[in-house]
Amino acid sequence: MKDRNPVVELDGLTLATRSRQPLVSGVSFRVEAGASLGLVGESGSGKSLTLRSIIGLLPSGVQRVGGQIRRSGSCAMIFQDPIRALDPLCPVVGQLAEVVYYRQRVSRKAARSIALELLEMLGLPDSLRTKDRYPHQLSGGQCQRIVIAMALACKPDLLLCDEPTTALDVTVQRQILDLIARLQKELGYAVVFVTHNLAVASSMCSELCVMKEGRIVEQGDTLQLLRDPQHSYTRMLMNSVLPLPELERRADP
Amino acid sequence: MSSAQPELRIRRASKLERSLKRIWSLPSLLWGCILLAILIAVALLAPIISPYHPSEQNMAAILQPPSSEHWLGTDQLGRDLFARLIYAARTDLKIMALAEIVPFCVGVFLGMVAGYYGKWADALITLATDTFIAFPFYLIVIIVAFVSGAGEKGIYITFMLVGWIVYARVVRGLSASLRKQEWIAAARTLGLPNIKIILRHLLPNVLPQAVVVLMTDMAVLLVAIVTLGYLGIGIAPPTPDWGTMISEGQPFISTKWWLSAAPGFAVVYAGIALSLIGDGLADLWRRK
Repeated sequence: MKDRNPVVELDGLTLATRSRQPLVSGVSFRVEAGASLGLVGESGSGKSLTLRSIIGLLPSGVQRVGGQIRRSGSCAMIFQDPIRALDPLCPVVGQLAEVVYYRQRVSRKAARSIALELLEMLGLPDSLRTKDRYPHQLSGGQCQRIVIAMALACKPDLLLCDEPTTALDVTVQRQILDLIARLQKELGYAVVFVTHNLAVASSMCSELCVMKEGRIVEQGDTLQLLRDPQHSYTRMLMNSVLPLPELERRADP
Repeated sequence: MSSAQPELRIRRASKLERSLKRIWSLPSLLWGCILLAILIAVALLAPIISPYHPSEQNMAAILQPPSSEHWLGTDQLGRDLFARLIYAARTDLKIMALAEIVPFCVGVFLGMVAGYYGKWADALITLATDTFIAFPFYLIVIIVAFVSGAGEKGIYITFMLVGWIVYARVVRGLSASLRKQEWIAAARTLGLPNIKIILRHLLPNVLPQAVVVLMTDMAVLLVAIVTLGYLGIGIAPPTPDWGTMISEGQPFISTKWWLSAAPGFAVVYAGIALSLIGDGLADLWRRK
């Protein structure tokens, strides 16, 4: 794996506000083609900012003051709240076709049929083909599928996921995660996955970075890290995952 | 359904039915539309409604009080006041509508550009609007109208220069807040060209507000046209216009008050109609 080219490489990334208050300091990691990396940490630990800096989406007032981001290939992002990530006044299929049109440089008609193919690939209902549907008419899970379809329309080498399941119903979360993982196998994009949920991150990613207060406190292979956490914060995160009580009791001798 | 068995039928109201119901629940929009429709109908049907031509003089019957022959009497040149009033509606409404097109498009576009791009584009456009706002509206209007020459052309030029500011200000604020929304950021990361985002995604989202402003601003513009006519730098005299009618009736205000009151009432009527529509539309879109 090590000989492959990294899709993205962060080297001592440091972000700060205009008043020089540090938000992220010295974050370094690399993601190889097809690999997946999880950024885990509590809210405010800078994981989202780190992710957004990769695609150049820093909120106004935050700037990069040090370090380097080396990226090769195309890159797309999936957002936390899918309904807010879509234009409320534009039919979803139209939005998807528009992305296809601009990213794949095909005719409008071809863009629409590619868009419809994407819908099928993501398991969206057929009713979208015939009727114009707006984001508010779809469920959160369906909207997230549309957002993923829009990201895939860019043919990304790197998919950035910013807590893509946090705003969704619990029953849908699993489906969306499975979808991202399945398509990763099929299409071979690399994933950087931001979440505060250690269970989600460990099921999705082969490598984890635990972040706290803008720094990476622990970094390594997922299994190794979970088996033998070095940092107290990692242990705390692991303890915060609630086990299912019924199963727990049965496991007791 | 006269059958004894209670029948459960769920009938979905048709789209037309629903929109009619919604308009019905907004009396201000309904009445505004009715008032404006009457005004437009009267203006369009002026030759049918009135037997007189607006500039047909009759020196034998000047300054007549209202009668069955002349519904609102005649003016100092013996012209039928009612005919002039409804023909003036034609001129004034036409100029109002035409003079609003360019400022609306320019103002909305510049507002979106300022709000979307921010930084220097915003600074430049805000500077322009703030400079205009610093001067009294009528001062600018009168100066520009005076320089560009009286008459219809002067009015169009004047409002092309000053009219866009209202829209630019409202739309700029709106666009700036929309820009912070995730879907605009998403569209940008997905590689849509900026101009496309502005025209295809930002525009539909700011348009309702802009149309509400359009309605209110039309009333303002109508009053401005009338004011210019009153001051003698608007529409040139033979063409009927409410403003010139008010000023022509002024010397006789103590005895023949209706000469000025009638066109004044017409202006107020048109203003109320437009404002009601503006308020109604604002309510309609706020509820949605």
